[in-house]
Amino acid sequence: MDAVIDNLPTFLEGFRNTLGLLALAGIGAFILGIVVAAMRISPVGSFRAFATVYTEIVRNTPLTLVLFFCAYLLPYLQFSPGYFQLAAIGLTVYTSPFVAEALRSGVNGVHVGQAEAARSIGLTFGQTLSFIVMPQAVRMVIPPLINVFIALAKNTSVAGAFFVFELFGAARQITNDRGDAVIAILLAVAVFYLIITIPLGLVAGRIEKKVAVLR
Amino acid sequence: MTSVLYDVPGPRARARSRVISLLGIVLIAGGLVALVVVLGLPKASANGAVQPGLWDASRWDVFNDVQVWRTLGIGALNTLRMAAVAAVLALIVGVLFSFGRAADSAWVRIPTTVVLEFFRGMPVLLMMLFILLVFSTGSFWAGVSALAVYNGAIIGEALRAGIKALPSGQREAGLAIGLTPVATRFRIEFPQAFRQMLPIIIAQLVVLLKDTSLAFVVGYNELLRSGNYNLSQFFGNRYQFSFFFVVLVIYLAMNLSLSWLARIIARRTGSQSGGVTATDTTKGPAKPGDPNLVYANALGAQSKGQY
Repeated sequence: MDAVIDNLPTFLEGFRNTLGLLALAGIGAFILGIVVAAMRISPVGSFRAFATVYTEIVRNTPLTLVLFFCAYLLPYLQFSPGYFQLAAIGLTVYTSPFVAEALRSGVNGVHVGQAEAARSIGLTFGQTLSFIVMPQAVRMVIPPLINVFIALAKNTSVAGAFFVFELFGAARQITNDRGDAVIAILLAVAVFYLIITIPLGLVAGRIEKKVAVLR
Repeated sequence: MTSVLYDVPGPRARARSRVISLLGIVLIAGGLVALVVVLGLPKASANGAVQPGLWDASRWDVFNDVQVWRTLGIGALNTLRMAAVAAVLALIVGVLFSFGRAADSAWVRIPTTVVLEFFRGMPVLLMMLFILLVFSTGSFWAGVSALAVYNGAIIGEALRAGIKALPSGQREAGLAIGLTPVATRFRIEFPQAFRQMLPIIIAQLVVLLKDTSLAFVVGYNELLRSGNYNLSQFFGNRYQFSFFFVVLVIYLAMNLSLSWLARIIARRTGSQSGGVTATDTTKGPAKPGDPNLVYANALGAQSKGQY
């Protein structure tokens, strides 16, 4: 236990970096995901095809490979803003198709009768989307979106293997220093991760229940 | 979906959308071509030395070496082996978790729930490191057991949801014909839940295959480590991009074919799992004499088709 208390500042620094990665990559992936989702449901065929190919390729690439590209190959190609930023870029790219899929499934999840009814009382395309489809889609989208961000929080640990000092990196460093207290140290790191993931999961579950009542 | 949202486009709208589509193709293709050209330009590094571009033949000649392909093949086999062992164990762990979570006795249910939440909320990588350091199992079993436990927890949750979604009459019928609660779960509820959840389970197995690359970090010689790391350390930095490219293609080939298989199975079970009620409603009334029934069915079919 003393190994945990002694190294608390190191843990907290790692935790701060994990939160930073989560926030940065989360915002980036959200924006990129909206763009990809919009392209995927757009009437323009070429955008749709591009977004589909992008989603399929990125979703089927392992995160480790993406971060390997960011940490080793981008500096080699003379683009090196620092490992933290590189990891944030990698996580953003990796998470964006999942965000896009969550958004798209939300829009598709609105029953088609809603749109039919809106169209039949004479609403235009924009009105149908903004007054009928979107308000329902947003509610349905939030729980899966939170799940994507939970996965992102766990995925930031992979950045620790690529020269970023976050929680996993802190765990590696401290277990190297204190080989006698490995179990306590790793459990402490796990608790830090659970501090992020479990509240998010509870929020998602509560929202899901609320939406289920509304529907 | 989209066809409901706007009117059927007329000739002018069609022409306009064709123009936008063409512009989009030009834009995207132009971007890709520009990327390829920029990557292919010769590069001057910081010390002034000029290196050939990434598509230059001198960066790809390692692939004439059989040993390179052998190393890549062994790496891919190691990845597949880890994925296969972990998948089998994950299914077993998942079944155990689902029974634990759906148990009648709170003494089983609550501890299982706590353990499951703990495993689900923790990164796989941390679990691998934990198992490697605490149980000193070696990198293969560290990777396998972490993947099995993590994905098992998720599969268990899916199976539990499947059991819960079954009509309660299934369980009651099983109990009523004299099966014990355990036998009812095994022989009545579980097979149905498993079939219903098969698409989710297979999707999770694709995730598992992708996550084997995390074993790179704990030092297992899988595709990423042997292909990207060891080979480019051995042959030098100039081949780094080429190795990355080939490893990416191998990964995409493996994962896309598994996803494709998952989709086929999902479609097949999707039509089956609808069961008795679904086929009854889509077939409509046996005698199409009643105009009211036919009309209702036609309306329903219309909405469904566009959805």
